[in-house]
Amino acid sequence: MHPAPSVILFSTLSGLGFGFLAFLGWGVLQPSGWAAFFLWALGYVLAVGGLLASTFHLGNPKNALKAFTQWRTSWLSREAWASVATLVLLAPVALSDIFGLGLLPVVGQVGGMLALLTVFTTAMIYTQIKAVPRWHHWLTPVMFLSFAVAGGATLAGHVWAPILLLVVGAVLWALWRVGDGAFAKAGQTMGTATGLDRLGVPSVLDPAHTAGNYLKREMIFVVGRKHAAKLRKIALALASVAPALVLLLPLGVWGIALAAALHLAGALAARWLFFAEAEHVVGLYYGARR
Amino acid sequence: MTALPNATAKKLGLVIDLDTCVGCQACVTACKGWNDAGIGLSDQDPYGADPSGTFLNRVHSYQVAVPDGPAQVVTFPRSCLHCDNAPCVTVCPTGASYKRAEDGIVLVNEDACIGCGLCAWACPYGAREMDADQGVMKKCTLCVDRIYNDNLLEEDREPACVRTCPTNARHFGDLADPESKVSQLVAERGGYDLMPDMGTKPTNKYLPPRQKGPGTADPLTPLLDIKATGIAGWLDRMLGKF
Repeated sequence: MHPAPSVILFSTLSGLGFGFLAFLGWGVLQPSGWAAFFLWALGYVLAVGGLLASTFHLGNPKNALKAFTQWRTSWLSREAWASVATLVLLAPVALSDIFGLGLLPVVGQVGGMLALLTVFTTAMIYTQIKAVPRWHHWLTPVMFLSFAVAGGATLAGHVWAPILLLVVGAVLWALWRVGDGAFAKAGQTMGTATGLDRLGVPSVLDPAHTAGNYLKREMIFVVGRKHAAKLRKIALALASVAPALVLLLPLGVWGIALAAALHLAGALAARWLFFAEAEHVVGLYYGARR
Repeated sequence: MTALPNATAKKLGLVIDLDTCVGCQACVTACKGWNDAGIGLSDQDPYGADPSGTFLNRVHSYQVAVPDGPAQVVTFPRSCLHCDNAPCVTVCPTGASYKRAEDGIVLVNEDACIGCGLCAWACPYGAREMDADQGVMKKCTLCVDRIYNDNLLEEDREPACVRTCPTNARHFGDLADPESKVSQLVAERGGYDLMPDMGTKPTNKYLPPRQKGPGTADPLTPLLDIKATGIAGWLDRMLGKF
């Protein structure tokens, strides 16, 4: 699948943002005054900035409001509702923190859960797609949620953050292991795609079209896969191991900033791989895989 | 609404005969021609160095290695299969993508489409292409503006690809009716679904190429069996000893 920068930025930043908002909502930090303002602003900027980045992926964004209508069937629509509900519900919690209004903590707790639910809906947009076997696995939402929780814990300076970062690494590793065999396991070949397997073994004789098209650009992305093994190591080191080690050093708030920056860079690399390595079964018609 | 209908009264669709299709691309051209009228299917740089465009139908060609015979060439038209369990419909966040309860046709309401591309991702068959100029999703409409169009002659009230096919490799009809011509073709010829394990329950069916049987021998082959006589025969026997 084409690793569009807008979608990579969207899912990474909003995931980190909603993860951090969850920790703020749960009252892990209990900030007040200006400190509360800046922390909540960071969470909101990451979450909303990510959502805005996703609109650059749309061909016709003027209809964006209609995306709230199909929550009964569409995970993308559910994500729209969950994200707005989270942002609206946590707003009074942020104001309460900043101005010391003493809002009941239950509001923040529900808001925090909604933030994680938002990340889950994002993950399900990809997980639901059977035509991309690498994504169609329960580890996909686990991966998205582990990034959100670990990223949020890192930004919140939570004592569990190093452990959670290592969990991210383990989940990434598991997802790659399962994902590498997912396409073969799904059992689709050029033979089943064309039905010509009942005749013999097909191969492409002549391409359907010599120029590119939307399908080839969007779903049959092969550039850069040769660097995948190296990128996996980089992603694992930056997203998981390095920030976990940095957090163990006595660097205070600078340690948190450095760990978060490293983690974000690793998350971007991992998310690029999530798209670039994902193969769509439509590639079978074009001989992208036999 | 992007919920799928529980059942459709009719299942209008295509039956494509891979035995008679010759890969002439006439269906591709006719489809583009009919659907290009009005809002259209845009092309980018059509006469330039890097042409690209939106098509609702593409014809591939494959070579099939047959176990007990010569390889076969199969030309393979690919377009929307108007699936009963269409994954492209349920993923749509705006309700732009829908399946009609009355005849089972899967359509896009372009006025509601945000161009997110998720429906194209959900389709295993590559049936949907985003129009790069208009930013909305395009797909086969089964020529819904022809098949019910009273302004056309009756023989023209079928999809443009079917109407134009010079070898009658494309058939249009109601696959829910077991008595229909298309249903009988499917029954007679063993029409099949593409990637049935994806659970999409396609309406369109493909008729497999007929078995060609073992390859006939090369016309020169009998000459290899000529028994040499005379001096040539003596030479043949002598040389055969070494």
